[in-house]
Amino acid sequence: MKPEELLELLKHALGGLAKEVTVRKGYVEVLVDADSVVPVANKLKELGFDHVKSVTATDYPKESKIRVTYHVSSYLREDLAKPILGLSVDLPRDNPVMESLTGVWRSSELQEREVYEFFGVTFRGHPDLRPLLLIPELAERRVLRKDFVVKEESIYEGVPHRYQ
Amino acid sequence: MKESPIGTSSSGMLEGQKLQGMVVRRVEKELYEVFIGPQHPGSGHMRIIVRLDGDVIVEADPDIGYVHRTMEKLSEVREWLKPIPLLERMTIIDACNITVPYVNALEKLMDKSPPPRASYLRVLLCEINRVASHLYGFGIFGVFLGHSTMYMWAFGDREVFVELAEVLTGARLTHSYPIPGGVRRDMPQDFPEMARRAVRYMRGRLEEYRRIFVDNPVIVKRLEGVGVISRNKAAELGIVGPNVRASGIRYDVRLAEPYEVYDELDFEIPVFEEGDALARTWVRVEEIKQSLSIIEQAVDWLERHKGEPIIPKEDYDKLPKLHKEVYEKTGRVKLLPVHATMKIPAGKAIARGEMGRGEIIYYVESDGGTTPYRVRVVTPSARNAIVFKYIVPGHRLMDLPAIYGSIDYFPPEADR
Repeated sequence: MKPEELLELLKHALGGLAKEVTVRKGYVEVLVDADSVVPVANKLKELGFDHVKSVTATDYPKESKIRVTYHVSSYLREDLAKPILGLSVDLPRDNPVMESLTGVWRSSELQEREVYEFFGVTFRGHPDLRPLLLIPELAERRVLRKDFVVKEESIYEGVPHRYQ
Repeated sequence: MKESPIGTSSSGMLEGQKLQGMVVRRVEKELYEVFIGPQHPGSGHMRIIVRLDGDVIVEADPDIGYVHRTMEKLSEVREWLKPIPLLERMTIIDACNITVPYVNALEKLMDKSPPPRASYLRVLLCEINRVASHLYGFGIFGVFLGHSTMYMWAFGDREVFVELAEVLTGARLTHSYPIPGGVRRDMPQDFPEMARRAVRYMRGRLEEYRRIFVDNPVIVKRLEGVGVISRNKAAELGIVGPNVRASGIRYDVRLAEPYEVYDELDFEIPVFEEGDALARTWVRVEEIKQSLSIIEQAVDWLERHKGEPIIPKEDYDKLPKLHKEVYEKTGRVKLLPVHATMKIPAGKAIARGEMGRGEIIYYVESDGGTTPYRVRVVTPSARNAIVFKYIVPGHRLMDLPAIYGSIDYFPPEADR
């Protein structure tokens, strides 16, 4: 399916729910309000987008927002297997909360846990929201946010003085 | 059964009460909680917490992350080229497959495309990697099932392909081969003969594998009807690679969105309907055959097109005289310092590729600077981990290694 056909399909299915539809390199991004994310996800699933490839969050401290994007595509409808659709939501950076989409796409379960630990985004209705990869102490520091700065260490940093 | 006095005294502690170094909590009566791992239960460090009723698993919780290496964060603080050798450490046995989509994402942002010879060289190395990755998977699978011959054979035969990669790139495992716009080295002159010999050898060996492993009645009994994932379940869980193709879904990135020169090559995508551990094993056997055929086609093409460039003309023109000489005499691309500090136009791109274990997807965002603004990577094993939670319950404990091995789960790749 070509991007233009996909745009037409989306326009038809989503109507006014999509705030912004942009053709990016390799995917089509649909931006929606945080309140309408569940109905939009349900509509996309009805169209045939049956699995989540990636739950991607990006931190924009200057605009004070975190954008969460569900990159979805299809296994069961072969003509939809080529396009990737990015369903995006902008969340306020100081209190990022959104509805979990695990009820719509089971395949997002582990990746929502990742976004939770790395960015501190809370997914309401997630069956098991706890850190996945990090230990809890580190997860609390939300390490993939931009204000967590990776400190470059010199070779001898932390080496006792008597060895230096 | 009545609670025994011994039971009362040991559970006489209040829930949540802390002993030194442990928390006491109530477990449902008659259920055993078994912690498998994290010290290398299989092909890397991970833990599966299973709750057992007798020897039937009623609940399984994949506890992963023991080999998390902050790939996404480190990619944000390194210049554009540096994540290539970083990211391939997720799966060193599949290094070209894991870096090609990242490079493709950069090329999409830069509006650059590699010359055909570079694409063929990438595909050649990707398929060598795929065979090696499947053989590694078979070896680990053999260990899981107590079939040590399969382990020895697969790891021995994998060496053939690891050495092939070494001759092509100079490194056995982490090749760092693709660069935006091309590859680092051309193929040595005697490479096509070596590749053809390896292909002939492996075709013969696959027949022996069939006799000793895949058609072995003991192995068939352990795998048939075990860990069945239906077509709809596979789509619901979003699993990838040979696992999804064993459940009757015809999805392979090389077919859905051909990258590099896969649309010019002649190969098939093996699909099985059964969805059990045996079908997943067969998909891998058939895929090795297809990869061997692609390797032959790629070296044939490369022989017919000798002397064609492996980097774009605009990059070649920028090279100083000495670098041009090295490139023409030895086929090696020496990068200039300017590559390390290059800037990439602002934008967002997604690129995907088919690794040995399944689909890998990269989301790369640039703000026009010298480092990526955001790199998101989702590896095949990261997406297959969900199988432990939703497919394993209901099986006997002895089926767990069979399922683990059949989905070819690899913790360092899943944890990133």
